[in-house]
Amino acid sequence: MSVAVPLAGLRPGEGRLVSAGGREIAVFLTPSGPRAIDARCPHAGGPLQDGLVCGTRVTCPLHLRRVDLDTGSVEDCAERVRCYPARIAGDAVLLDL
Amino acid sequence: MTATERRLAIVGNGMVCVSLLDHLVRFDAGWRVTVLGEEPRPAYDRIGLSQLLAGERAEADLALRGGGWYEEHGIELHTGRPALALDPCRRRLETPSGPVEFDACVLATGSLPFVPPIPGAALDGVLGFRTVDDVAAMLERARDGGDAVVIGGGLLGLEAARGLLGRGMRVTVVHLVDRLMERQLDHGAAGVLRDELERMGMRVLLGASTSRIAGRGRAESVVLADGTALPADLVVICVGVKPNVALAAAAGLDVGRGIRVDDHLDTSAPGVHAVGECAEHEGVAYGLVAPLYEQAAVLARRLAGDRAARFRPRVTATRLKVAGVDVFAGGRTVPEAGDQEVLLRDDGGGVYKKLVLRDDALVGAALVGDLGPMAALADALGGGGRVRDRLALLGVGAEPAPPAGADLPDHAVVCGCNGVTKAAILAAIGAEDGCRSRQCVARCTRASSSCGSCGPVVDGLLGLAGVHAAAPAAPDVCGCLPLPRAALRERVLALDLRSPSAVLASLGDGVGCHRCRPALSYYLDVWWCGEHREESASRHVNDRVHANIQRDGTFSVVPRIRGGVTSPAELRRIADVAERFGVGAVKITGGQRIDLLGVRKEDLPAVWAALGMPSGHAYTKAVRTVKSCVGSDWCRFGVGDSTDLAIRLESLLEGLYTPHKLKLGVTGCPRNCAEVTVKDLGIVAVVGGWELYVAGAAGMTVRKADLLCTVATAEAALDESAIAVQRYREDAEYLERMYHYVPRVGIEAFRAATAGAPAEARAGLLERFRRSRARAADPWRAVPAADGDRFRRALAAAGDMA
Repeated sequence: MSVAVPLAGLRPGEGRLVSAGGREIAVFLTPSGPRAIDARCPHAGGPLQDGLVCGTRVTCPLHLRRVDLDTGSVEDCAERVRCYPARIAGDAVLLDL
Repeated sequence: MTATERRLAIVGNGMVCVSLLDHLVRFDAGWRVTVLGEEPRPAYDRIGLSQLLAGERAEADLALRGGGWYEEHGIELHTGRPALALDPCRRRLETPSGPVEFDACVLATGSLPFVPPIPGAALDGVLGFRTVDDVAAMLERARDGGDAVVIGGGLLGLEAARGLLGRGMRVTVVHLVDRLMERQLDHGAAGVLRDELERMGMRVLLGASTSRIAGRGRAESVVLADGTALPADLVVICVGVKPNVALAAAAGLDVGRGIRVDDHLDTSAPGVHAVGECAEHEGVAYGLVAPLYEQAAVLARRLAGDRAARFRPRVTATRLKVAGVDVFAGGRTVPEAGDQEVLLRDDGGGVYKKLVLRDDALVGAALVGDLGPMAALADALGGGGRVRDRLALLGVGAEPAPPAGADLPDHAVVCGCNGVTKAAILAAIGAEDGCRSRQCVARCTRASSSCGSCGPVVDGLLGLAGVHAAAPAAPDVCGCLPLPRAALRERVLALDLRSPSAVLASLGDGVGCHRCRPALSYYLDVWWCGEHREESASRHVNDRVHANIQRDGTFSVVPRIRGGVTSPAELRRIADVAERFGVGAVKITGGQRIDLLGVRKEDLPAVWAALGMPSGHAYTKAVRTVKSCVGSDWCRFGVGDSTDLAIRLESLLEGLYTPHKLKLGVTGCPRNCAEVTVKDLGIVAVVGGWELYVAGAAGMTVRKADLLCTVATAEAALDESAIAVQRYREDAEYLERMYHYVPRVGIEAFRAATAGAPAEARAGLLERFRRSRARAADPWRAVPAADGDRFRRALAAAGDMA
């Protein structure tokens, strides 16, 4: 399924939380395009949408673990977060869930 | 008076006189007593003059006995009435207002400051340190700061120097001898004392002979024999005292250095006694108070009819607080031929302990910094018995403290913030190309990378593994931004870069990281005095939404309650908000605030609007709280209005970002109920003013704050606080707490850059402070209208799907 997130609700460099299909998804506008990942940090459940974004990495606000928005890999953590394909279409970001 | 009552005249109304009177009153010896005092006020605690100078006591507190006490005990006290002449044959004293006749007379004329024949000693601005009037004159001079030179490095000189230092003057002590307090201390103890005093910011010149005091009309400099000229707005001469023997000498009494007395404290004239600093017994004129009080007690017994009472000198041991440093000295501290020494010396710790023994008996001892063994030593010095365990007498023998972390089990969590165990840290250190510094351990294991309080344990573990980290040179701000901070600042100002992304694009890798972008956000704010471009994407989420993120992703809200003073209406409003928004917990914080925990992000703007109070900044590196006690408004011990000053201080500073959080306190008296000596900046009300302390800590480590300065008014305390905070803002590294920063640069250097800085530098700090402060807006009021969507979800629920 596909979800459209209006661009008006997003800001470059700052994540936003999207609830869709029973999931909590963090959506980001990076210099390399839109990115979407599961919003919970596997380390301690930190809200990744509230993390500081540098390039295509986001730093969890709770314990500062860095999460790669392209691969979902988490610093010092074997688990990965799930990544969702995202692209800009018109005035919205389209997520494929 | 009754016919049997005998007349006793006491010349001099000092501390020894009062001690004598106390004993006479107790013995009810049947004398009608007249006291002639030269100073215009009744006897006061002369030893307390140093506390008066330092602002720790008020003049009124120095009085030994109120005027009513003399009257109550039938003692006729004449202040401001010196004895002009003594006629021992006719047993009368001449005074400006007529003669006083006596049956017995006690000379307790004390001593006079010895003024060496230095040219210029009579200039205006050259003072002694002997009377309340001297202190008043010194305080008058110290009001505008400047340079003070104290000539003489004995007890009195050092006390004067400490007092003036605390009053914000730059102080140099010039001492003729090659060590301080040479009468009491040996070279080792004097050396440790000197180090401690220099650490406080005092400058000490030893073996320095003053050749003249220069100036036109008033003192301007002190010129030493080697030609060095020391600038001096104030010169205090404390090179010693000489017994005041003028009256006795003119009356023909036997006078040497002092008025000669025997064991009965009789002078060469029948019916005339002498006690105190004016008296010379077996060639010694005593200066410390203990033997002088002993003389007073003996003489009182004599006057009460005890013919057996005799004064016999004892080994004098004395405990002194020299300029805030604990010192104990007794017997001979410089050994003679045939004596043995036991010595413990810790230069870094400011501790020195020395025993001098002869034939296994203790004949001398000196302690600096740690007076633990004092009681045992005083006991052994008086007793003269054999000393069995010399080291035990010095308090030595306890196990040395292990390196931090050595006693932890491997599974113990060292870094509580990141859950890193000792084993994990040791593994990182022990690995091939393992960590060699705390910074490397932080990168590899995350230990010490958050709050940093486990840093010393990490250092200890590095030490256990045989790694002794070298101090790094001025580090780059970040790997993303390879420039040291000072160079970065220059480039930023020259290139007019006002936002973190502009800086990273011009001077860094264009991206930055979660460490350097918040650091840059802070530095740019300070360097541009608030005229930077705020960039929320470079701020931690707390600073974007102006609330503190909690472990479950909700936020906590702490409204500003200045000084911790609130009202029933405000409390009611807070309670209403807590109920209306289903706040999870309401907690009183350690800083006397109210914390509303578990607020949903999307509710934040509505919560602030409903509270109608400014942000307490509890979520960020900024001026947090000023804790206070109730102070003189309500407390029966209160000396100063601490709540008022706390509220004013918080209003002055609030809204400013600082390198790390800044917690403050104001307390109304030295009882310190607001616990301000463990605050980043604390203010204590003392009689006649306020003391400012900096760099206290009460976290994982406890650190007592350093005294920065003492000021007379609340306004001056606010100014000094603003100057100190602005200096910290400009000079500390981002994420460096005050209690790490000040010890790193040294309290002397910090003082020299703030309270003791030249007027121009102070004005500059204040000006930049005010500019920054004027730009600081309350984020709770500023944000909701401008940026309400930051708090909402981009898409609330699945039902909103396209």
